[in-house]
Amino acid sequence: MPLLENGHIVDDAWVTVAGDDPIPATGAVIVPFARLEEGLARAGDAPLGVAIGPDVDVALLRPALPRLGLVAVTFTSFRDGRAFTQARALREHLSFTGEIRATGTPLPDQYEFMLRCGITTVQTERPEAVSVWQQAHEIISVAYQPSILHERVQGLGFRRFVS
Amino acid sequence: MSTDTATLPVGRYAYDQVDRTFLSQRVAQFREQVNRRIAGDLSEDEFKPLRLMNGLYLQLHAYMLRVAVPYGMMGSDQMRALAHIARTYDRDYGHFTTRQNVQFNWIRLEDTPDILEHLARVNMHAIQTSGNCIRNVTCDEFAGAAADELLDPRIHAEILRQWSTLHPEFSFLPRKFKIAISGSPHDRVAARFHDIGLVARPGPQGRPVFDVFVGGGLGRTPIIGVQLRDNLPEEDLLAYLEAIVRVYNAYGRRDNMYKARIKILVQALGVEQFREKVDAEFALMNRADYRLDPAIVDGIRARFGIPDLAAPADAAQKLAADRRADPAFDRWVRTNTHPHRNDGFICAVVSVKPDGGIPGDVTADQMDLIADLADGWSFGEIRVTHMQNVVLGHVRKDRLRDLWHKLVAAGLGTPNIGLVGDIIACPGLDYCALANARSIPIAQKLSARFADPELQERIGRLNINISGCINACGHHHAGHIGILGVDKRGEEFFQLTLGGSAGNDVAIGQIIGPALPEDETVDAIARLIDTYLVLRQGDEQFIDTYRRLGAASFKDAVYAPA
Repeated sequence: MPLLENGHIVDDAWVTVAGDDPIPATGAVIVPFARLEEGLARAGDAPLGVAIGPDVDVALLRPALPRLGLVAVTFTSFRDGRAFTQARALREHLSFTGEIRATGTPLPDQYEFMLRCGITTVQTERPEAVSVWQQAHEIISVAYQPSILHERVQGLGFRRFVS
Repeated sequence: MSTDTATLPVGRYAYDQVDRTFLSQRVAQFREQVNRRIAGDLSEDEFKPLRLMNGLYLQLHAYMLRVAVPYGMMGSDQMRALAHIARTYDRDYGHFTTRQNVQFNWIRLEDTPDILEHLARVNMHAIQTSGNCIRNVTCDEFAGAAADELLDPRIHAEILRQWSTLHPEFSFLPRKFKIAISGSPHDRVAARFHDIGLVARPGPQGRPVFDVFVGGGLGRTPIIGVQLRDNLPEEDLLAYLEAIVRVYNAYGRRDNMYKARIKILVQALGVEQFREKVDAEFALMNRADYRLDPAIVDGIRARFGIPDLAAPADAAQKLAADRRADPAFDRWVRTNTHPHRNDGFICAVVSVKPDGGIPGDVTADQMDLIADLADGWSFGEIRVTHMQNVVLGHVRKDRLRDLWHKLVAAGLGTPNIGLVGDIIACPGLDYCALANARSIPIAQKLSARFADPELQERIGRLNINISGCINACGHHHAGHIGILGVDKRGEEFFQLTLGGSAGNDVAIGQIIGPALPEDETVDAIARLIDTYLVLRQGDEQFIDTYRRLGAASFKDAVYAPA
């Protein structure tokens, strides 16, 4: 699926470095967590991103975050919800303001959850049409708890409108 | 926004237009998901978490739909909607569960969107009655009525229900997550057998404080929860629970579903290290975002209907006279009622466990009758209990005998609450794909064997819990007598545990010896109970005698030749 932002297809300005492939000298690149130091050592100030697995404690990114424009979190399976907590911790505890990208195989039905945890873009290996993701984004307009999006409270409790 | 406060439902939160919008969107979403499944765009593996989030299980013979009854409270209109679903889409009955929900066992996938739409019309749903998310929050069945209660826990149960509904971070946890809340010093919610158990009491400035227990549970690894925090201020309730569930979501095991509950994490880290992690998360959070302001609590409280508890001055005397006049009624009052905070009222427990019956099963006609009786006797308010019975919470004492007559006529007046006939049983191999053995026939045989109400009362308080497999849905570890179905070379056997309890005297039952064949189990339990009747001293209950003497005194009785 192409890169999705707020329910719309957008151009992807980033190049993902897979495995042991060489890191390009210029341009916006996403490096694996294991090669973060190598990425940070790159000359110049081209944008740098890092891809983390679900078992990475995001607090480890703290020293590097000022240099990072993107953190890619991974849904190794749609059942594994750790990326939600990672994204939320990046926003709430580490005040990260760059792009948080969901990768792997999350379900379109998880899209609203992702957005409310601070994930901004989605690039999945799944086959669904973009329209399914757009619909998942729009179908539920009410939420019942605070989120990092700080939606305006609507009347009772913590209830607010989303989408 | 419509406020429609004209007639608030007694004892539960009144939906407004925004809540109804949410529910109808949720139904539309599930209809679309079912269509994608039927069209083949979703595999069963992908559809599974989506249907589970809407309470739809695939059982041994059919789909099972579990309808949420938040904190066990429902109105007569909702009970009638359940009766309609039982008649239209199931086989004319439903089943009350130990999580205070209602489930239907013979559902067709393609009917479920219509069923959910029908439920939504009475502000009901099946959200998060299964799946690896925060499940229906359970509550004291006498909440807001019991004489021994310190504060009504239903307001905070509703706040937790809303907070946990489609929680963006906690809908794909390592495993299911169960929360119970009580406002009484007498634990009727099994607080220490829950992932999180909350015990509320009044604190400074009249605002509640909470004792927080974590990491309890039954299942394959029964563990008594530990107290993580005492005197948690109300304003920090959501923040602290967020912190606990975040730590669990990040660190709970995902490699083995049998070791994925929070209890395993708490045991693996040790309570001190677990508490450190929760405290660290709690300290980092922007607590203003999660602050449970008194105004928010009071706003939710204002959506609860309050019963007008006006009774004639002589209501209690009238009940006393009715009891003297009718020994059968007197017996039922002794066993099936609970003291109310208002002296003119009483809580009545409707036994859904007739002699020889199936614990928790209710026919559509009985559901309609319970709805009518709730309208006539208890402000239209109905409570499902974790013992799989029904409570009418606010019955005027002078009208109790009339209610009892109606119940008896409908087969709902069995005087066995808390006694040997008040058996908890899982659906077992009659329905469940996981079961090793049939729980229901054992429950029926025991119930028939001890049908004599005089004998039951003489035996006294005795909880029998039956699980058809080690997943322990019948909570056998928490039974005074627990019965666990096991498979031995294709034969159904039953293993007995003794001494469990879910209350303030919480304990895990201990295995007494080798499992028994199906046809010897009921006789063995009868000998066990006979032995207790011989050994008991004074007014001891079974659990007291067991604790005084230990298992050895009962072992011979269980394994005596028939």
